[in-house]
Amino acid sequence: MMPDLGKYAEAVLSSYAVSIALLVVLVWMSLRRAKRVNKQLEDVESKVKRNG
Amino acid sequence: MIALLIRDLRLAIRAGGGFGLGLAFFLIVVTLVPFAVGPQSDLLARIAAGILWLGALLSCLLSLDRILALDWEDGSLDLLATAPLPMEAIVSIKALAHWLTTGLPLVLAAPVFGLLLSLPEAGYKPLIISLLLGTPALSVIGTFGAALTVGLKRGGLLLSLLVLPLYVPILIFGAEMARRGVDGLDYTTPLLMLAGITCGTIALLPFASAAVLKVNLR
Amino acid sequence: MNLNALWAYANPKKFIQTTDKVLPWVSVLAVVSLVVGLIWGFFFTPEDYRQGSTVKIIYLHVPSALMAINVWLMMLVTSLVWIVRRHHVSALAARAAAPVGAVMTLIALATGAIWGQPMWGTWWAWDPRLTSFLILFLFYLGYMALWEAIENDDTAADLTSILCLVGSVFALLSRYAVNFWNQGLHQGASLSLDKEENVADVFWYPLLVCIAGFVLLFIALVLLRTRTEIRARRMRALLARERMG
Repeated sequence: MMPDLGKYAEAVLSSYAVSIALLVVLVWMSLRRAKRVNKQLEDVESKVKRNG
Repeated sequence: MIALLIRDLRLAIRAGGGFGLGLAFFLIVVTLVPFAVGPQSDLLARIAAGILWLGALLSCLLSLDRILALDWEDGSLDLLATAPLPMEAIVSIKALAHWLTTGLPLVLAAPVFGLLLSLPEAGYKPLIISLLLGTPALSVIGTFGAALTVGLKRGGLLLSLLVLPLYVPILIFGAEMARRGVDGLDYTTPLLMLAGITCGTIALLPFASAAVLKVNLR
Repeated sequence: MNLNALWAYANPKKFIQTTDKVLPWVSVLAVVSLVVGLIWGFFFTPEDYRQGSTVKIIYLHVPSALMAINVWLMMLVTSLVWIVRRHHVSALAARAAAPVGAVMTLIALATGAIWGQPMWGTWWAWDPRLTSFLILFLFYLGYMALWEAIENDDTAADLTSILCLVGSVFALLSRYAVNFWNQGLHQGASLSLDKEENVADVFWYPLLVCIAGFVLLFIALVLLRTRTEIRARRMRALLARERMG
């Protein structure tokens, strides 16, 4: 399954690991912020509606 | 316009802001370098030009937030904005005042500090010319940064983060010119590039600074 | 004031409605092409006769480097649109794109350093391309910091877009200054129209898929983050209005 990476295995694997980790963190943070802001906006909107 | 310049100069000198402080900071940087890299004069001679440029750049940075902050706090900036003077002229004058109080003393002090760092003899002329050409651009870019951060309470650190990347081309060409002078090489190309960048910066950046300041005064 | 506010909300609302439909598709496409491209590149491409298996890093390095520059260009365009047309969505899209661009720059730098260690024998060299990317990263940081620092949304949009314009000029200047300052180790661009000269087909097709994946991922992220920014802006506006009375 795993291709033979030879003597550079460490370099290739670590660069894939670093990049994918960075991308995952970026996506995860974007999604988390989106969810949080969505919820906050709903709260604020319902409050505004109630008040007037 | 001239009245504004004189007022700014007088304020800067009386408040003791940029004038003495920048020079003192420059001296301290130059004093600390041999402690950091060792006292061998051949090593110092090799890095002297770069250290002097970096020192001048950092001491310039130190007094940037004072360019506009004082006028912003006491409201005289709002007054100036309503004056018949265009905003572009105001920011240019501010930059000129900053250069006269910070940049010019640095240029004049640089040869003395060059002695401390055993700068080779061939290096003095290109070093002074490059500083003379480069520091006005540093002041103009700094005014742009100061205009961006003028309304912020803790703008100082942000100001450095914004301004330092903009200083990169000037530092590269200025220091390169001084270094080539030290090595006895021809330094016409960096000289022309530096002069070009400085002229372009002085000509165009005040428009950006003025636009930014108008937004901040809105 | 009231009319203006209504008009300002009209467009963002349409943006959210449109992206509601588009975003899932783009996200799925991005994930599919990234997975296909990276798996293709990682498992099913041969080794280069000179670089050995490190050639596989190209599937991350080249697309992220491309994006690092193009994201800045996109921010430049949206900043211009904001300055000229005053479309709020445009300014917010620039804000949304900046962190993505910064991460792309970071990936390009990191994969470049990891590749450079076995190939050039050093993690970092003060090579023009590397140095320009480091400077680009600093520009991204400054831009994001300015957005964070200013409370008023419109002021922040104005100031950051002017910073983006000025920064673009200086970034370009730095690029040439750095070129002048040091001749580099980095090979020329591996992507150009006459690709046969630089990259063999075996590496080329998976690379294209990876580039498409990065572009799609960027679009999906920017859409998502712009929606977030629009909602955050609306929330701040509502809160401000409520406080006023």
